[in-house]
Amino acid sequence: MAERSSIFDMIGPIMIGPSSSHTGGVARIGRVARHLFGGLPEKVIITFYNSFSRTYEGHGSDRAIIAGLMDMKTDDERIKTAFEHAKEQGFHYEFKAVFNASSLHPNSIKVQMEKDDLKMSVIGVSRGGGLISIVEIDGFSCNFSAQSPCMIITSEDSHGRAAFITTVIAQEDCNIATMSITRSGKKGTAKVVVELDSPIRPLTLEYMRSVRGIKNIIYLPDLGL
Amino acid sequence: MSVLFDSFDEWRTYCEYHKVDIWQPVVGYEIDQRGRSEGEIWDKLAQSYAVMKDAVHTGLSEDMQSISGMINNGAKKVAACEINVLGENFKKLVAYTLAAKEVNSCMGRVVAAPTAGASGIMPGVLTTLQEIHDLPRQKILEGMLVSAGIALIIERRASIAGAVGGCQAETGTAAAMGAGAIVHCLGGNLDQVFEAVAITIMNMLGLICDPVAGLVEVPCVKRNASAGVIAFASAQIALAGDSAVIPVDEVIDAMGEVGASMEDKYKETALGGIANTPTAREIEKNVLVQQVESIEEENEA
Ligand code: SF4
Repeated sequence: MAERSSIFDMIGPIMIGPSSSHTGGVARIGRVARHLFGGLPEKVIITFYNSFSRTYEGHGSDRAIIAGLMDMKTDDERIKTAFEHAKEQGFHYEFKAVFNASSLHPNSIKVQMEKDDLKMSVIGVSRGGGLISIVEIDGFSCNFSAQSPCMIITSEDSHGRAAFITTVIAQEDCNIATMSITRSGKKGTAKVVVELDSPIRPLTLEYMRSVRGIKNIIYLPDLGL
Repeated sequence: MSVLFDSFDEWRTYCEYHKVDIWQPVVGYEIDQRGRSEGEIWDKLAQSYAVMKDAVHTGLSEDMQSISGMINNGAKKVAACEINVLGENFKKLVAYTLAAKEVNSCMGRVVAAPTAGASGIMPGVLTTLQEIHDLPRQKILEGMLVSAGIALIIERRASIAGAVGGCQAETGTAAAMGAGAIVHCLGGNLDQVFEAVAITIMNMLGLICDPVAGLVEVPCVKRNASAGVIAFASAQIALAGDSAVIPVDEVIDAMGEVGASMEDKYKETALGGIANTPTAREIEKNVLVQQVESIEEENEA
């Protein structure tokens, strides 16, 4: 487990029923996916896996993920009527179900988002009690809960890059809670996921983005999940 | 360094060494892990307790019929029942746990403690306890801290998710949280709290997760009531100074082992147990959209 739970994960969250795994956690995955994408996508394909595949409708998980993508929190009473809100916003979605993805956690969801030329695919796990982990972004594995600020850095794969990232963050008086690196052999890219104890300054982010070899940085602020 | 809630032993050792009350390290943990202030922690506890009380009230006063129709104002029926099988307080406990859980099944606002499937247990136990013993709210909030510590350990050593550990992980954990809170609020010591947890988990061990049509309604709602009863029974035994014999950490590990070897059909998949009875299958046809897609496993998952 990447990180220790809060006591308010044990007594909490305050949420809309019926299920913390199927409603609360799912809305959270939707919200994190939206913020990773940088806003509301135009089109989304959502795949419910394993345990979720047969039960997502009855639990209202379909409403919850759409509500999350529209930035609703777990205690938002509009979750119940999320489809109607999506319609108002002209937001298109499609659901799929795969019941036998044995490599994935029992409660996994893939969110494939699209808007103009932008595309992103995120896999989230609802761990129970409304807790979540994001376990994959665009094919790169990761493992973070999005309960603290987070940077997802796509860079050229070189050793110096990780050292550079840690040095810059250290200068910031910012602590790294966790850091993970996944490499893709083919493209020679690395994804570095850094969970931070406190927010990072916009200027520092700008600087890091401008450095050669760094292709992209997604910054996820503390979403107050 | 505060307690990390990896084991009950660690919690006990810390409290004995530092001569602090059982709930204090839970506050310390939250401050260390989440940077919250103590004031903020008490505020959030009070807010959660307020939502729990509201849920009990809502379940006893508003129409509680779920979309599927399987939940139909059970709490109100119990509250109005003229036959008391044990007494007023017992009936109160059953009605209160049902009430909060029915709110959850009807897409209302609840506190997941530890999960929404078990969200009737803590509200039912705590509100009943406070009313019967006329306890100050502060005492109840302390009890909630004890409950949270218990759940943290169960989460680390076993699981709190029905899909991972079966229903013992949800209603079992909630019952253990409730039992610990009862013992603490009624003046029991740390060992008695831990014994109550061990006894409760022993009683809930092996409970499968088998929700009809995959909805968190049947058997979930009634299980919340019986889990509340088990919490009080275990607390009564522990407060009397009787022992579970098996140390609580070992009991939790057994719970983890049982959860790990439980078949998937008993883990929220609605494929086994009560969910697989002929009547449940009939209900399923009516309440679920029968459009189950089957896609081959994607290799690149
Ligand atoms: S049967 Fe399953 S869904 Fe229902 S309360 Fe138990 S663990 Fe939760």
